[in-house]
Amino acid sequence: MSEADRIQLEGIHLAFGSRQVYRNLDCRFPRGEISVLMGGSGAGKSTLLRLMAGLLRPDRGRVVVAGEEITSLSERDLFRMRERIGMLFQGGALLDAMTVFENVALPLREHSRLSETDIRAEVERRLVAVGLPDTGGLMPRELSGGMLRRAALARAIVTDPEILICDEPFSGLDPLNVRRIEALLIELNRRLGLTMIVTSHHLPSSLRMASQLVFLIDGGAVVGTPRELLASEDPRVREFLEAETAGMPGFEAVPGVAS
Amino acid sequence: MISALRTLGYRTVMLLEHLGHMAAFVGEIGLNLVRPPFRFGRLVMETFDVGVLSLAIVCLSGATVGAVLGLQGYNTLTRFGAEGSLGAVVGLTLVRELGPVFTALLVTGRAGSAMAAEIASMVTTEQLDGLRMMSIDPIDFVVTPKALAMVLVMPMLNALFILFAFFGGYVIGVQLLGVDGGTYVTSLENAITFEDDVAGTLLKSVVFGLLVGIIATYRGYTAEPTSAGVSAATTGTVVTASVTILIFDYVITALWGV
Ligand SMILES: Nc1ncnc2c1ncn2[C@@H]1O[C@H](COP(=O)(O)OP(=O)(O)OP(=O)(O)O)[C@@H](O)[C@H]1O
Ligand SMILES: [Mg+2]
Repeated sequence: MSEADRIQLEGIHLAFGSRQVYRNLDCRFPRGEISVLMGGSGAGKSTLLRLMAGLLRPDRGRVVVAGEEITSLSERDLFRMRERIGMLFQGGALLDAMTVFENVALPLREHSRLSETDIRAEVERRLVAVGLPDTGGLMPRELSGGMLRRAALARAIVTDPEILICDEPFSGLDPLNVRRIEALLIELNRRLGLTMIVTSHHLPSSLRMASQLVFLIDGGAVVGTPRELLASEDPRVREFLEAETAGMPGFEAVPGVAS
Repeated sequence: MISALRTLGYRTVMLLEHLGHMAAFVGEIGLNLVRPPFRFGRLVMETFDVGVLSLAIVCLSGATVGAVLGLQGYNTLTRFGAEGSLGAVVGLTLVRELGPVFTALLVTGRAGSAMAAEIASMVTTEQLDGLRMMSIDPIDFVVTPKALAMVLVMPMLNALFILFAFFGGYVIGVQLLGVDGGTYVTSLENAITFEDDVAGTLLKSVVFGLLVGIIATYRGYTAEPTSAGVSAATTGTVVTASVTILIFDYVITALWGV
């Protein structure tokens, strides 16, 4: 295995009952780069993220995170491994019995020795970064879907993890906030060298962010740079891209988009 | 015949597997009790929650049960001209039997079901997975404080139930039916011994608290991540815990004679 890859999936098989989600899937996520995971609804994007996080074990195959094979780790070792990872869940997964502030502060309270004042400052800084200043006192149920997702992102990045896994960070956001979150993710990647794995249906921002695109199709992964995939002859990739870009001015000639 | 045997065998294996999982779950809770961090803040919060949820219903039911006991006891005892023992009858039944059992059943219905529902909905909304991703063990952070709160609160609520029931019995027996107040209290005091009756009620309520705490958190923790899963965890908790309480009540009474 190469040190350049932060996360590696090898020969993954997974089925839920009779439904085969992955058939011998191979995929690598390079260190310090943003990979965007695409694919139709139900293609297995969220499930793949759960595999990388050790929340789910594959039926067969290896999952290697930062050089460590995690499919055979004990729960206790998984907790140690997860200190490297920040994860944004598709539904946010904020604790609904706590305020937004308490939620974002929780990883710091648990795993750092910061003083209360430092924690306050750090949490407020992250909330501002995701465009939610002065929401710390609210309960999660008082937030809209998009606000909830952004608060959850603040929680995922508050400890500056090496690896950031984001499930649909853009869905349900207005164009301004899509730009804001996109800029934030890119900035984190540039400044701290975070390895990022992002699932998204939002093609324009995916193309702008990604150094690697991963298409989940028919239980396998088609991997390439945005440029390569836009020029791809694979009919399944083309079909997906054309459906995504249909009717968007400037996107008709798909291969030219990446410029 | 063969197939019936096979079904029986399958059921037995399933039951054993279930009990095995539950034992592992209880082991995890035990481990988290002795291993730092100790989450006092969360324990206090949960204890407060369980207590506040159950307070009104326990006091009200206590007074009512005491009143009924006073009435029934009086009617029976007057037949033998023994209404002077009313305090003893009310006191002993309450302390040894009705107090711990009623309290546990009430707390199960009120706080136990709420506890299971809360954890189960945390499963459905991925809140527990969210904790795992922050390297926080949900059994340490969520389950253990809740289960322990049950054990702490049960004896307190039991004492409260018994207190209100004494009072209910007093109101009916003394104020309404005319038993002498001094006799009521003295016969109650004389009948109840510390090492047998009080220790017994304490033992029962602690055991029941443990059972309700474990069953409620286990059912919530292992719930299917759907709304049907949440409701199954809730009703399952009430049914399983109630039956288990009654069975253990018999076992404790038979073994220790309290
Ligand atoms: N716990 C589960 N039990 C059974 N089937 C599951 C489970 N989790 C996922 N699946 C199935 O696995 C497939 C992949 O699900 P997944 O949630 O990963 O899709 P997705 O690509 O994230 O879709 P979306 O874009 O809608 O979020 C789906 O067909 C789903 O039915
Ligand atoms: Mg998904």
